[in-house]
Amino acid sequence: MTTIQDLGRFGYRRYGVPVCGGMDSFALRIANALADNSEESACLEMTLHGPTLRALGPCYVALTGADMQPVLNDQRIEMWSAYPMKNGDVLSLQDARRGCRSYMAVSGGFNVPRVLGSRSTYIRGNFGGYEGRVLRRGDILRGEQMSVRSKVRYLGREDIPDYLESPKVKVLIGPQDDFFTEKGIETLLSSEYEVTPESDRMGYRLKGPPIEHSGEPEIISDGVAVGAIQVPGSGMPIVAMRDAQTTGGYPKIANITYVDLEKMAQLRPGDKVKFEQVELEEAHLLLHQYMQQLENLRKKIKERDVAPEFPDEETLLRLQGAIT
Amino acid sequence: MYREPRLLIAGDRAVVIEFGNAVSPEINERVRKLLLRIEKFPIRGVEEAVPTYRSLLIHYNPMLVPLEALRDAVETAVRESMEMPLPKARRVILPTKYGGDRGPDLEYVARYNKLAIEDVIRIHSGTDYLVYMIGFTPGFPYLGELPRSIACPRLSTPRVKVPAGSVGIAGTLTGVYSVDSPGGWRLIGQTPLKLFDEKLDPPSLLRSGDYARFVPTSEEDFKRVESEVRAGKYELEISYLD
Repeated sequence: MTTIQDLGRFGYRRYGVPVCGGMDSFALRIANALADNSEESACLEMTLHGPTLRALGPCYVALTGADMQPVLNDQRIEMWSAYPMKNGDVLSLQDARRGCRSYMAVSGGFNVPRVLGSRSTYIRGNFGGYEGRVLRRGDILRGEQMSVRSKVRYLGREDIPDYLESPKVKVLIGPQDDFFTEKGIETLLSSEYEVTPESDRMGYRLKGPPIEHSGEPEIISDGVAVGAIQVPGSGMPIVAMRDAQTTGGYPKIANITYVDLEKMAQLRPGDKVKFEQVELEEAHLLLHQYMQQLENLRKKIKERDVAPEFPDEETLLRLQGAIT
Repeated sequence: MYREPRLLIAGDRAVVIEFGNAVSPEINERVRKLLLRIEKFPIRGVEEAVPTYRSLLIHYNPMLVPLEALRDAVETAVRESMEMPLPKARRVILPTKYGGDRGPDLEYVARYNKLAIEDVIRIHSGTDYLVYMIGFTPGFPYLGELPRSIACPRLSTPRVKVPAGSVGIAGTLTGVYSVDSPGGWRLIGQTPLKLFDEKLDPPSLLRSGDYARFVPTSEEDFKRVESEVRAGKYELEISYLD
């Protein structure tokens, strides 16, 4: 499944409009940095399996996120890098080897109309992105003020995130922790949960030891932040993702931190996750570090803009620091 | 209503300001007053706020405002918002065709409450309903309070697809499906108005604090209004309440 996403649609949650946007905003931001775009440019978000794309003119594309084993014409190329394409070039992506989502940026950004301030696709609402829907064979995407660079750009190997199949994810307890027994909270923090196939951009439904409520598993509906872990009567947690509804009536035992929600976004059905509690001060500190790291990477990418034209795979791997 | 509102942590980028633990117009008014106050006197770092029945979810950017500063600013806003007068409430007329294919559960609601169908229509359209909040789907208004005499539990198995504009009942709430979606509310009618249009800003016909009034229409009028809405020629009937 491939959709157009940017950083998200803000300011309309009070009208019931979900925030949408790239599930892994780190990968999306780095894709834009590699393509020399502003960070809010629209990218392709490709889930589990990537498309085959043909360039209808010269362009410059960046690939990040899960490794979809990209091939440009006949040459295997690397993720977390950006390449020039000329008219007729074919870029094909396969199954994600690890992780769940990949991003493709094109220099200048994809030119689809902004709806309520954003280019993100809201699939269930049928608006935003490309005609409000998932991309299909034969669709033609246009770039906005496309610029073509001749150099290959890349992110250093040491800066590429590892997509673990059973990560630890940090959570902040609340806002409705008083709807759970102590044992229930302990269950959340000490158990392993599996991502079920009923997981998508709206929510990740998890399976594992049931979480015990202290009373009714229902609250008077209130606002749901992205990353909220809701627990319905079944005791099985549901994590609100980017397309989640803005309000809900299940008690929320915890929220995943902004930074760690991206780990969650790279999980696929069958992967496992463990939750560990952090306090707010620490979460904010980690968020500051994350933003700082992004800033540093953007700089590094620019400084590294010296690669020879179209290196072969070995040269690129050497540049990335994978081999010496 | 709590004596002092509670500040709850909703992750590292949002807090909940909760005023009580009940569905009541008084508590909801406090929520809306705080929202209005934050709109008029923006708090640095606050990105958006979502009003619900009894709380305001405030999304903030901790890169711009540390929690302690946010807490202080919110406390001041809560205190000062109490004295803030709310603007006159809008009362929006929703022409509604009751029963038939447009309200397949109308008969059931009448039978459940041992009333004639006409009574259910008369009672449902005889009250102004407060829009407590918008949620569930884009533009979906949670309206209350429904007269108990026509209250009715949800379907045990939700419908896979409820057409946009369908007017439903769930317990002592009533609402209008804003987009085609699955749903378990008892459907008693349908309005030809668009509750959500992403091409407009704001995209939602109703907002928290508005009142909605259902007015029974014939099938003929439904179709006329529907085509006017489609052509962008329909003029909303809005009045202002003190």
